[in-house]
Amino acid sequence: MNQFERAQGIVAPLDRANVDTDLIIPKQFLKSIKRTGFGVNLFDELRYLDEGYPGQDCTNRPLNPDFVLNQPRYQGASVLLTRRNFGCGSSREHAPWALEDFGFRVVIAPSFADIFYNNAFKNGLLLVTLPEETIDRLFAEVEANEGYRLDVDLENQRVTTPSGEILEFEVDAFRKHCLLNGLDDIGITLQDEDAIRVFEAKHRVARPWLFRDSAQA
Amino acid sequence: MAGQTLYDKLWSQHLVKERDDGTALIYIDRQLLHEVTSPQAFEGLRLAGRKPWRLDANLATPDHNVPTTLKERAEGNAGIKDPVSLIQVQTLDDNCVEFGIEEFKINDPRQGIVHVVGPEQGATLPGMTVVCGDSHTATHGAFAALAHGIGTSEVEHVLATQCLLAQKMKNMQVRVEGELGVGVTAKDAVLAIIGRIGTAGGTGYAIEFAGSAIQGLSMEGRMTVCNMAIEAGARVGLIAVDDTTIEYLAERPFAPTSDQWQAAVADWRELVSDDGAEFDKVVVLEAAEIEPQVSWGTSPEMVTGISGEVPDPAAQTDDTLRSGYTRALQYMGLAPKQKITDIRLDKVFIGSCTNSRIEDLREAAKVARGKKVADSIKLAMVVPGSGLVKRMAEAEGLDRIFTEAGFEWREPGCSMCLAMNADKLGAGEHCASTSNRNFEGRQGYGGRTHLVSPAMAAAAAIAGHFVDVRTLEEA
Repeated sequence: MNQFERAQGIVAPLDRANVDTDLIIPKQFLKSIKRTGFGVNLFDELRYLDEGYPGQDCTNRPLNPDFVLNQPRYQGASVLLTRRNFGCGSSREHAPWALEDFGFRVVIAPSFADIFYNNAFKNGLLLVTLPEETIDRLFAEVEANEGYRLDVDLENQRVTTPSGEILEFEVDAFRKHCLLNGLDDIGITLQDEDAIRVFEAKHRVARPWLFRDSAQA
Repeated sequence: MAGQTLYDKLWSQHLVKERDDGTALIYIDRQLLHEVTSPQAFEGLRLAGRKPWRLDANLATPDHNVPTTLKERAEGNAGIKDPVSLIQVQTLDDNCVEFGIEEFKINDPRQGIVHVVGPEQGATLPGMTVVCGDSHTATHGAFAALAHGIGTSEVEHVLATQCLLAQKMKNMQVRVEGELGVGVTAKDAVLAIIGRIGTAGGTGYAIEFAGSAIQGLSMEGRMTVCNMAIEAGARVGLIAVDDTTIEYLAERPFAPTSDQWQAAVADWRELVSDDGAEFDKVVVLEAAEIEPQVSWGTSPEMVTGISGEVPDPAAQTDDTLRSGYTRALQYMGLAPKQKITDIRLDKVFIGSCTNSRIEDLREAAKVARGKKVADSIKLAMVVPGSGLVKRMAEAEGLDRIFTEAGFEWREPGCSMCLAMNADKLGAGEHCASTSNRNFEGRQGYGGRTHLVSPAMAAAAAIAGHFVDVRTLEEA
């Protein structure tokens, strides 16, 4: 997994609540059997004026000039600022893959959907939850100041604004540890292989019908 | 000591290890696999030189990409015209062979939408933990199974370790009390619930659906309710075990037999929330107040009763809500205060993991019997959830009712719920759909989805616009 310690970068404001995973990466791009290459189709229906299809060369597609990521001042953004319930809808991990592939390292919002939250952390994409009032204020600051950047420090769980204001955020200890060290979940879990085998043996004795080979014995 | 909720019981029965930071390892009894979210997981196993932990815990079937016309399906995988879709389905087949996982392939009569197939086979049992790389895995909670939708990294994790890293959720109880009116279905109940608590109302919770109206539902209806828990933000929806659950499971192919069946049933009877169990949040709806529902916007919470109207964004006091409503109306091509019954339709889709089971098809057929699809409807299609549902429906003559009325009768798959195959909406087209999501572009680029029950979809197909199914006379 990608490691994450700190990100400093331009903030792009996506002023919309309930951004769903279909909007983040439309279904036609889910047909890929790879984990990479989704960035050019991130927010495809918002970003381009035509309908996209997999494998297409996107360089000459007509861009929607009103969409925030197409505006010159937000080019190179690595922090996405957005509204509540970001990432709702499907379990497609292609959503965080697309955000990362595009160049985002951090998403800041008042709340995130559960499955998206899990998927993001497994791919080195940091999600920062801040109170709604703070988010409102950040939106106003980003819009008022071209080149607005935030400094996001995972180790100290702090976001620092250009004026030096410090915004603290919560993140659970396990996810933080994995992200800081770029650890692979499977490797960590397999350290408990013996505990899993012991549990499995007891589980089979207690409820044999849950195991197909003993359910119909 | 306070009693335990059903969720608490399922959690503790599968807890392998709990870390100090609250993260836990829970054991997974069943993983369902499909072609869209599994290829990268199998590739991960291959790259790391890992094998699946337990083969018999897994069951696979292709569903999202499969074509639904008989002509294409007759050719098997070769009938998939989109080369990218074909590679994905073929990759699932290859991975299942390579790793030794049981798969119901494209033309196996047991093939279908994973969330229809699992329960139909008895591969979903009460007291199980069930996962799948699909958010609608919540469906299986109708059997008092702890069922999560997971991402691809988690699919790989479960394949490799038979466990999931999880954090305990909070408990929410949603009770629907009383009796649903005639013509009001499980779909209307769950849409009304989402309308009440909102699309993020269940975030962080496992929702247990309870109350007399829920207990009165068939297993098909219960699956419809749990299926859409995720549309209220909850990864998990649950319903307690009762006679209805047990009767449904008897003699299913994967279900336990003889002595094991007796022991299992005794154990399953305990899968209810104890008296006095405490929930972090309780929501109560009166069944009698729920009318047939129709979504008007681009989020499942944007829903109202058939007698209602499209809301006026200007009347919303919350800024985010107002801008969301304005954007939704613009996308949907609807006017503030427009009557729901005045929304004209171009296409009708009856299917999806929400509403493609035999009971759903029976309800739609009851409305369609002896009627004709309106001339203004370009396409009305019925897509059964599995090959076995299709056979059962044909044995009952439902296919003829649909085709005589002008509906197309298709082969099983996810189809126009998310339009990964050739079944999709054109830009600007309005669709009465029995699926679960009305997100922008979900059913096709620029398509406009209205979520409804199967009976309401059939009624809309005949009228050409939304109509209160309760006012129709049976032929």
